[in-house]
Amino acid sequence: MLKILKYSFYDLMRSRWSYVYFLFYLILGFVLLFLNNDVDKAVITLMNIIIVLTPLIGTIFGVMYYYNSKEFTELLLAQPIKRSKIFMGQYLGISISLTLSLVLGLGIPFVLYGLFKSAAIFNFSLLLVVGTFLNFIFVALSYNIALSTENKIKGFGYAILMWLFLAVIYDGIFLISLVVFNSYPLDKFSLIATMFNPIDLSRILILLKLDISALLGYTGAVFRKFFGTNFGMFISMGVLVLWVLLPVLRMNLKLRKKDF
Amino acid sequence: MKYKIGLFFFFISFVVSAKQIVVCESCGIKTIKEAIKIANDGDEILIKKGVYKEQNIVINKPISLIGEKGAVIDGNNVGGILIFKTSNFTIKGLKIVNVGLSYTIEYSAIKVVRASDFIIENCIFENVFFGILIEKSKRGIIRNNIITSNRKGEASSGNGIHIWSGEEMKIYNNEMYGLRDGIYFEFVKNSAVYKNYSHNNIRYGLHFMFSNNNMYHHNEFRNNGAGVAVMYSKFTTMHHNKFRLNWGSASYGLLLKEIYDAEIYDNLFEQNTIGINAEGSTRINYKNNTFSRNGWAVKISGACYTNTFKNNDFLNNSLDLAYNSNINDNKFDNNYWSEYTGYDLDKNGIGDVPYRPVKLFSYIVNKTPEALVLLRSLFVDIINFSEKVSPVFTPDNLMDNNPLMKRIND
Repeated sequence: MLKILKYSFYDLMRSRWSYVYFLFYLILGFVLLFLNNDVDKAVITLMNIIIVLTPLIGTIFGVMYYYNSKEFTELLLAQPIKRSKIFMGQYLGISISLTLSLVLGLGIPFVLYGLFKSAAIFNFSLLLVVGTFLNFIFVALSYNIALSTENKIKGFGYAILMWLFLAVIYDGIFLISLVVFNSYPLDKFSLIATMFNPIDLSRILILLKLDISALLGYTGAVFRKFFGTNFGMFISMGVLVLWVLLPVLRMNLKLRKKDF
Repeated sequence: MKYKIGLFFFFISFVVSAKQIVVCESCGIKTIKEAIKIANDGDEILIKKGVYKEQNIVINKPISLIGEKGAVIDGNNVGGILIFKTSNFTIKGLKIVNVGLSYTIEYSAIKVVRASDFIIENCIFENVFFGILIEKSKRGIIRNNIITSNRKGEASSGNGIHIWSGEEMKIYNNEMYGLRDGIYFEFVKNSAVYKNYSHNNIRYGLHFMFSNNNMYHHNEFRNNGAGVAVMYSKFTTMHHNKFRLNWGSASYGLLLKEIYDAEIYDNLFEQNTIGINAEGSTRINYKNNTFSRNGWAVKISGACYTNTFKNNDFLNNSLDLAYNSNINDNKFDNNYWSEYTGYDLDKNGIGDVPYRPVKLFSYIVNKTPEALVLLRSLFVDIINFSEKVSPVFTPDNLMDNNPLMKRIND
């Protein structure tokens, strides 16, 4: 598995896209810090970008890589290697290279601008952890879609739809249900509803750390009570891990039966 | 020659000035009560260093009460301490501690009843229930005091400076913390509160009820339940104050309720949950204020008519303005909005496209507070954008026609 991981990783490292992605984050980090010079505020802006962009890039990379290296994968399948090893190697290769682009791309400018001296270091590392999780989650989800769809165009379509659903449509449904069921107690409902969407969960995790919790009033109190404690942090991190594990598990199950 | 004149004045003053009574632990007069009993009008009582355990000291002659450094009156947590029932008195340099708690009687460190022309200065109050309680008085000066308490809960704590029915009071350079309200005004007229620092109070930093024609300026209110509450009052002037970090699930920088004809200018609202919460407030001019990094900069809750917002800076607030109706009778003009995305082609410093400070999301949040969970979500940005392009829910005449391109109070 390690060999395949290494191969996928180097393959992606050699490709232009990893560098473009890395450079994008690098420039973004520098521009943000150059424009407002305040690490705290830059973290908020970055959150907006990471939460939308990381899942999108993860999804597209995952699907694209699967379809592009399909012939090579088939060649590998002919060898006496376990299927799960081949695909796990590819999956980890993509996720790790994307995460590396993210962490280095944002880390370098922030470290150069004196992150270690600022109090925002915890928020910033939380941001990177969440970004990493989102990478792993969305690459796994897109690999699932790609594995289940033979047609390339359809696969792309489903993947983008999945991203659109989790990033935008889910929140729309969420908002509508909040407005419709206005007269019921909604704090528990909203707490659970955020758990079912990794993007929402990441957003809330960061927002609460950025002290927006007080704006939420009573609901905020419920949220802060939950996420503010070590227990809540542990649970939400656990849910994020679950969001990685479940798609990976499904991927392995699918692999066993799939006819290549 | 100079020396002789000096001596002359020295003797003159000696003859004119009243006598001084010294209270100390080793003197003939050991308690303040004794000293007051023998004092005549205009006398000065000098309290030497030491702890005096006395309560309910009633002063009914116009005298001065001067404390030396280290002079402490300890109320032993039973009842009130000093009660002035006279005019023209001065109290200075004393430390007054441990006022008793009661749920029926307003025990206080200094109580002033029906007095005029008095001065309370340089005193330190610790662990008080009420600090200074003034009833039906005129022309008092309260300055350079420090009033603190450590009571918990609204019911079991009192106010720092509490004035019930007063006129022409001046309150300045005081520091208040750990109390219910730092300063409380009820039926007070023509008074000024300035250069005070009121922080970490359970309820309000400064509270006005039914008090007209007052002004407060150059104060700082930090970390209170709510910075300042102005209720049922007319003609209040508020300027150059700082409202900071009044942060919590029901916190305000400034709470306005049923007030008329106020002027609010040159204030700073920074990192409050709600900068200004206005309810039933009419004919108020907001000018040159800075709202920075608040949850809501301004929340207008209804029955607010003919208010004008002019030349204010709105910087990086989570939501600039919340409105709960779509009728608007208030005017926004020439403000700077950090979220303004318009352009200025003719380079006159005024944006060419009007700015709409009420977003659809802030309208939804007003109806369903739980929806705030979706703050900064992509979906919310999208609906805000579409509402901005063609307003349906938010009042369509609520806009700043001349948004500024540059900050005013940079």
